[in-house]
Amino acid sequence: MSSLSATIQDVFNEPGCGKNGNKSEAERKKGCTKQLQPGGAAGGCAFDGAKIALQPLTDVAHLVHGPIACEGNSWDNRGARSSGSNLWRTGFTTDINETDVVFGGEKRLYKAVKEIIEKYDPPAVFVYQTCVPAMIGDDINAVCKAASQKFGKPVIPVNSPGFVGPKNLGNKLAGEALLEHVIGTQEPDFTTPYDLNIIGEYNLSGELWQVKPLLDELGIRILSCISGDGKYREVAYSHRARAAMMVCSKAMINVARKMEERYGIPFFEGSFYGIEDSSDSLREIARMLIERGAPDELMARTEAVIAREEAKAWAAIEPYKPRFKGKKVLLITGGVKSWSVVAALQEAGLELVGTSVKKSTREDKERIKELMGQDAHMIDDMTPREMYKMMKDAKADIMLSGGKSQFVALKAGMPWLDINQERSHAYMGYVGMVKLVEEIDKALYNPVWEQLRQPAPWETGAKSWQAKAMAQMDAEAAALAADPVAAENARRARKICHCKTVDLGTIEDAIAAHGLTTTEGVKQHTNASGGCGACSVRIEDILAAATAAAEPVAPVLQAAE
Amino acid sequence: MAIVTVGKKACAVNPLKMSQPIGGAFAFLGLRGSMPLLHGSQGCTSFGLTLFVRHFKEAVPLQTTAMSEVATVLGGYENVEQAILNIHKRTKPEIIGICSTGVTETKGDDVEGYIRLIRQKHPELASLPMVYVATPDFKDAFQDGWEKTVARMVEVLVEAPTTAARRDPSRVNVLPGCHLTPGDIDEIRTIMEDFALEPSFLPDLAGSLDGHIPDEFVPTTIGGISVDEVAAMGQAAWTIAIGAQMRPAAEAMEKKTGAPFRVFERLCGLGPNDEFIVFLSEISGRPVPSKYRRQRGQLADAMLDAHFHIGGRKLAIGAEPDLLFDLSSMLHEMGAKVTVAVTTTQSPVLERVKIEEVLIGDLEDLENLAKDRGCDLLITHSHGRQAAERLKIPFHRAGFPMFDRVGAGHQLSVGYRGTRDLIFNIANLVIADHEDHRQPTPDTWRIADTGADGEAPVASLH
Repeated sequence: MSSLSATIQDVFNEPGCGKNGNKSEAERKKGCTKQLQPGGAAGGCAFDGAKIALQPLTDVAHLVHGPIACEGNSWDNRGARSSGSNLWRTGFTTDINETDVVFGGEKRLYKAVKEIIEKYDPPAVFVYQTCVPAMIGDDINAVCKAASQKFGKPVIPVNSPGFVGPKNLGNKLAGEALLEHVIGTQEPDFTTPYDLNIIGEYNLSGELWQVKPLLDELGIRILSCISGDGKYREVAYSHRARAAMMVCSKAMINVARKMEERYGIPFFEGSFYGIEDSSDSLREIARMLIERGAPDELMARTEAVIAREEAKAWAAIEPYKPRFKGKKVLLITGGVKSWSVVAALQEAGLELVGTSVKKSTREDKERIKELMGQDAHMIDDMTPREMYKMMKDAKADIMLSGGKSQFVALKAGMPWLDINQERSHAYMGYVGMVKLVEEIDKALYNPVWEQLRQPAPWETGAKSWQAKAMAQMDAEAAALAADPVAAENARRARKICHCKTVDLGTIEDAIAAHGLTTTEGVKQHTNASGGCGACSVRIEDILAAATAAAEPVAPVLQAAE
Repeated sequence: MAIVTVGKKACAVNPLKMSQPIGGAFAFLGLRGSMPLLHGSQGCTSFGLTLFVRHFKEAVPLQTTAMSEVATVLGGYENVEQAILNIHKRTKPEIIGICSTGVTETKGDDVEGYIRLIRQKHPELASLPMVYVATPDFKDAFQDGWEKTVARMVEVLVEAPTTAARRDPSRVNVLPGCHLTPGDIDEIRTIMEDFALEPSFLPDLAGSLDGHIPDEFVPTTIGGISVDEVAAMGQAAWTIAIGAQMRPAAEAMEKKTGAPFRVFERLCGLGPNDEFIVFLSEISGRPVPSKYRRQRGQLADAMLDAHFHIGGRKLAIGAEPDLLFDLSSMLHEMGAKVTVAVTTTQSPVLERVKIEEVLIGDLEDLENLAKDRGCDLLITHSHGRQAAERLKIPFHRAGFPMFDRVGAGHQLSVGYRGTRDLIFNIANLVIADHEDHRQPTPDTWRIADTGADGEAPVASLH
């Protein structure tokens, strides 16, 4: 077993991952590599994920070993911010050519490291492995080791060729590289009982700085943020922190958990999105630091700061409440954000008509139900057309989502706001929440919509494309309503497991035929959830629906007999 | 005559270049109902997709064969097959364009062979056109991917005229290089239509990526030239290729259909447009419409007004060969000194750039040379903004990608009108820079002393 596949196996066995904990031994072995569907996939690759996770280390040279595609097509596309060095914004790549593919690219890689150190003298060079050199067998570990010795500087291999899996796996492989080669290699000049690590936070749009002043005020020192606005040295001595906050568990749980295991640094998962979440996180930080030796008075000071900031934020949001009355929001995001943002929007008086749960865990879904009521619209996976219909049917006034779905709203003449990583505003902490509310207001009340919704003077209303699109969908719906067989077929054709392409009908048939009651059973009979396992929650819902349907039906059947 | 040198660095810093497969995919985006498919791992596609979306601010169709590590080693037949079947079923495209990538070329996947096998196994695909182009990432650049793909489209999709029927004298094929924006293509179309010609553009990005609001949700490209129209290109009387990169495609067109061709290497500047307009007048047998006589006058006047500002400027330009040749030639004709020229790949036009040496290199080379040679005007794509900041000189964005400004798809540089606007834009940049940063101070005319203050002599340079 090569060291890369060993690392991947190790990452898959992550016990800190709740999702993983619910799986059987065999399932866990398979890990979370989603079986990507050719012709139906769109996300990034493992290399992408590794680069995203580490690039916010600002004073480090990030060298991509591979053909021009990997760096040339992608560099300079993330909005992290740095308080110091800007070296992270420089794109470095070996840009290997045909000759390298034939004879190997190791020499070029070594020379590239040498050139970077001579010209830029960074505290460290991170070398990213990509598909082509991995295929031809370039040993970046050996090159990095040799270069490290020769130049007397850390040269860190990040083994993450794109084809080993999706972006999320790459995040974790990046974390492994830090654990193996960086964390614990240096010592801080001094330590305090208030030293905190923040893990899985990337300082996009400078968001971290919306919270940092509060921590500064409380005397809490961010010993290391991995990796937002990070410096190599800070990560190298991050093992001396007293406690850690993990912001994005999907990306870096392995770092948080292994640091707890190796260095005894306890961690909690928190978020700075939304007013209440921010307060909870501050409280938790204070609590953990006190537990680890900080004076008790920290808690009182923290509560005072929370009270003050909450009051300020509420007062700032107050004027928007009348403007948001009756306004409805469709939220298409995922994971933790699917509920943490919900809470915040409700705080501002907006009505939520739906939220996506594409990447959410079961716990996330429970939180949504708590916040939005049992009949919350939870959207799994939809085509742009379905998304549009949902927006129309629910009479949503604005859509909040990531950049990829923006055109669904914009082209339909609907206000839209980016709440994912490419956004240009920072929405973290108390000030960030107010900013989000401000931005929603700006989008909702922009006079541009009134103009844009007018059809061209030569077009009658019915001919506007929105009308046509709706008419088309209504016609389809009517056709299905008129033809129960087609409707049933359409319902049954809904894909439940995307990895193994299993539809609802197949699963229902299997449940009925074999009297299945568990996801495990469904998996055995239909192969559903045999891939990434993301659909297991959906299958549970189907099982629940099947039992619910079966119970009241039973007496009727008896009566008929 | 310029000498073309290739950089010797082991490490490219701040790449100017982008990869060949996405250049190929870009060409497929100019076909109607098209789905470009990159045969490689997910990142190959997602990076390209992000790049296109950021540049055009449009939804862009692009798919991947999602090669895993194992599939890469064993060969990607099954992934190509599944991808084609999935795309066919889900998005019902009118054409699938397939480009290989670094990984699948390293393995040596025989995609042409795969397609033959897939067609045998799946007769339902019989009427679905598929065009495959070999575009390894570790060779050549974006422009080459476009060049090869358009030539391949001609070979596969254009039908040879069956009878010796008379060619339609009003129909003209236009093969635009990848340096032309959708706005440029629209402009050329308007000019040609004003001569009562009927142009067919291959590919036609103006139909697909011009930022219009579509009539319905379509998962493939909307607009662009249809497969049928491409097939019928053989009946046109002429083929016009714009940019030297389109010569192979024009030759392929002539070989297949016998249509004569003419290559216009540039369409920015007074002289090149004179040639173009005269040519259109000749092939259409019509006099030059008064609109263009007037536009020519406006361009001439713009050149008079702007030469004070552009003349003497030391230009540093980084662009793909055809764009580099086009813009640097026009600015040379406006009196600018082409002082640094960096490009991505080989091309015959590079020898004719008005400079001693053209370097195939990266943005670090461009920045360092511009600094050493005291350049005071920078032209390159959006990635050059960091260099421009450090150099503190006016920066004109040109080419792809342009992700930090809106309206990239409509930026115009062709025709009399396009050249006129471009000249005004660049001259205004220079004027604004002069007003904002180069106002005289009491020290301006002092002899630059090499003392501690390195900032002082800057003003005296200008």
